[in-house]
Amino acid sequence: MTDKTIGKQNGFTAAVKRAVKSSSFNIFIVLLLMSIAMYIVSKPFRSIDNVLSIARNFSTYAITGIGVSMVIIAGGIDLSLGSVFGFAGVIACMGMVNLGWAVFPSILLGLAAGAAFGLFNGMLVVRAKLPPFIATLGTLSIARSLCYILTEGYPVTGVPTTFLFLGQGYITGIPTPIWMMIIVAIIFAVFLNNTITGRRIYALGGNEEATRISGININRVKLLAYTLCSLLAGFAGIITASKLGVGQPTAGQGFELDAIAAVVIGGASLDGGEGTVTGTILGAAIMGVLRNALVLLSIKSHWQSLIIGFVIIIAVTADQLKKSRGK
Amino acid sequence: MENTTPNKAPYLEMKGITKRFPGVLALDDVDFSVELGKVIALVGENGAGKSTLMKILAGVYEKDQGEIFIEGNLVDIQDPLSARNLGVRVIYQELMDIGNMDIAENIFIGREKRKGIFVDKNAMHEEAKGLLKRVALNVDTRTQVAKLSIAQRQMLEVAKALSLDAKVIIMDEPTSSLTETETKVLFGIIQRLKEDNVAVIFISHRMEEIVHISDEVAVLRDGKMVGKLAKEEIEEQRIINMMVGREISDIFAKEDAEITDIALEVKDLNTDFLKDINFHVRKGEVLGFAGLVGAGRSEVMRAVFGIDKKESGQIYIHGEKVEIKSTVDALKHGMGLVPENRKEEGLVLGMAVKENISLASLKKLSQFNFINKKQEAKLADDYIKSFQIRTPSQEQLVQNLSGGNQQKVVISKWMAMEPDILILDEPTRGIDVGAKKEIHLLMSRLAKQGVAVIMISSELPEIIGMSDRIVVMHEGRIKGEITQENASQENIMKMAIS
Repeated sequence: MTDKTIGKQNGFTAAVKRAVKSSSFNIFIVLLLMSIAMYIVSKPFRSIDNVLSIARNFSTYAITGIGVSMVIIAGGIDLSLGSVFGFAGVIACMGMVNLGWAVFPSILLGLAAGAAFGLFNGMLVVRAKLPPFIATLGTLSIARSLCYILTEGYPVTGVPTTFLFLGQGYITGIPTPIWMMIIVAIIFAVFLNNTITGRRIYALGGNEEATRISGININRVKLLAYTLCSLLAGFAGIITASKLGVGQPTAGQGFELDAIAAVVIGGASLDGGEGTVTGTILGAAIMGVLRNALVLLSIKSHWQSLIIGFVIIIAVTADQLKKSRGK
Repeated sequence: MENTTPNKAPYLEMKGITKRFPGVLALDDVDFSVELGKVIALVGENGAGKSTLMKILAGVYEKDQGEIFIEGNLVDIQDPLSARNLGVRVIYQELMDIGNMDIAENIFIGREKRKGIFVDKNAMHEEAKGLLKRVALNVDTRTQVAKLSIAQRQMLEVAKALSLDAKVIIMDEPTSSLTETETKVLFGIIQRLKEDNVAVIFISHRMEEIVHISDEVAVLRDGKMVGKLAKEEIEEQRIINMMVGREISDIFAKEDAEITDIALEVKDLNTDFLKDINFHVRKGEVLGFAGLVGAGRSEVMRAVFGIDKKESGQIYIHGEKVEIKSTVDALKHGMGLVPENRKEEGLVLGMAVKENISLASLKKLSQFNFINKKQEAKLADDYIKSFQIRTPSQEQLVQNLSGGNQQKVVISKWMAMEPDILILDEPTRGIDVGAKKEIHLLMSRLAKQGVAVIMISSELPEIIGMSDRIVVMHEGRIKGEITQENASQENIMKMAIS
């Protein structure tokens, strides 16, 4: 092998080889095996409608997951995203119902509300130097409380029907949320892989001190990661509000667990520096198929969270084992 | 106390101790012995093997070869516990006590006195009182340890050693954080320990202390015991001559380069540790920073580079006053820094070779925030080739490379950024001879291109071989400056330790 130092790998076989070697491939196999198993045991699982419904459901997890994956790759964590998810949905609906704004500006308002919380989280971490766990735990409580204060606990009803397209509509036969997920995935995959900022997010999570000494403004990178995370959580929240047709002040409760689980199942390391958009989508898909399977197999809802809890623990354990073997 | 004459035969003897670390022979057939009631100073340059020898004695490291005898009996020291049971006790530089517990609790931690199932506090405090008296520490045994001064905490460590019936007490640079008066008190205690027939092994870089307190001096150099001085032979110049004296031949010498304008000037820099730092470096020059570990050399560079806070001071680059408040500013003004610890500060270990090399020059490699991956791959390839970085591909994770190749990646990162001023902090530490020469050659080449180079090194031959001028630091201050013609290992070492 004379050409070893050059990372030249062209052609289809090389692309396949690379895909097989990548960490996402294992997750893909898990997803495939789960789907095959369900295909065999459950008749309703096989319908196209069911598949689309699974995809529509997990698309919000995937969008939020992509957001929080950036924070996790940068070496942080965001526990507030379930509340930010709910808050953005409520604000967007209130924009339409209470302020009488048009649909599009109201969506932007909701997104801005989400992003503002991300900026707040980022400031707490960067300026007040709080541990991300504590800072975002505080925000989790604050954002949720604001949902109740603004709505007095009642759902925001009476949104215009055009708004419902975002969560309930179809484009070329495929539900709009799935298209949204695809768009978000493409944008952020390019962002993480091809831009300076994306590279810096990985470097920051890999070694904060080395990144700082390399002349990189790490505070700015952190602020951006938290802001983008909340922006996407907010977007998922707005899609969900559209799906429900109301601004639910309780929407997204416990959502952080599922989103973070999708990221971790997708191969990101909670130590930072690792993670991909593809992995996160596959992780969200696994969560989606799992939830769907639990329903189709008539497992009582009380048991569902228990099983999902175990799946998360198994995923993280597998990650840890892989790492300790690597050392 | 009956006044027995101290036992003349060595109480503890280490014979033929050899210890290998990957790539280094840390100790080579070392003999060392101590007598009860005596103070023996163990001296040597950084990396001479003092700590390794003491860690073997304390059971922290396992020896590869050699034997240890106590009172003529062969003993097996496998771990810190067996060392403790044999009466060997180390008082480390960084204190090991638990701040939120009181004095008596600290002394008896792990072996609390009991009355039934309860801790017998009264008995512990009673015994602690006696111990404090022996080390002249005049405080209540119920005082929280965090409230004591560093000197007092060291006394406490001595008291703890005594309570464990220690016969050999190793003190690793005990005076490095003490004031003059505190040092005097410590010496009083050492005197008392001698009277109590305890053997003290004293590790220090401060010559006057060594001359003052020691009954014997043992000198290590490059892992070998080069000699011992008896009480009447102890003399500062003699010790220094024994410590240094390594051959310079295997070090690359800097080639002549045209030395022109001042590139960086630092005026009156102060931090909480550094005092009145003034120096400058010119284009084409290599400025060496010598001194002992902890003298403040890295701290100067960290402050100049905007990593640590400055209390006061001005920085001029190419004659212009600049503000450097963060590393972002440092890069903006054309500075690069190869830090001391490549794994902690130099590299993102989980990233590819390519991505590490490009990390400080991403802006140059991109348009509208988008990285031009072809350019990036070419840049990495250029450095891998010209610098002979041994890696299977540029996609290889840096963590899988050897130390020397990792260091080349760090240096490549800064070369790629094309700095005007490059600071290298211990650039060749822990690197094999071949890679070392390549790094020296590279620094020389950079100087020729007109880069101002600052190099911190604890290796005197390297400093002398590579530097046009040498700044010597000691305890946060610049002690002086030596030109290459006047530099010798002896005069640098003399400046560095007093």
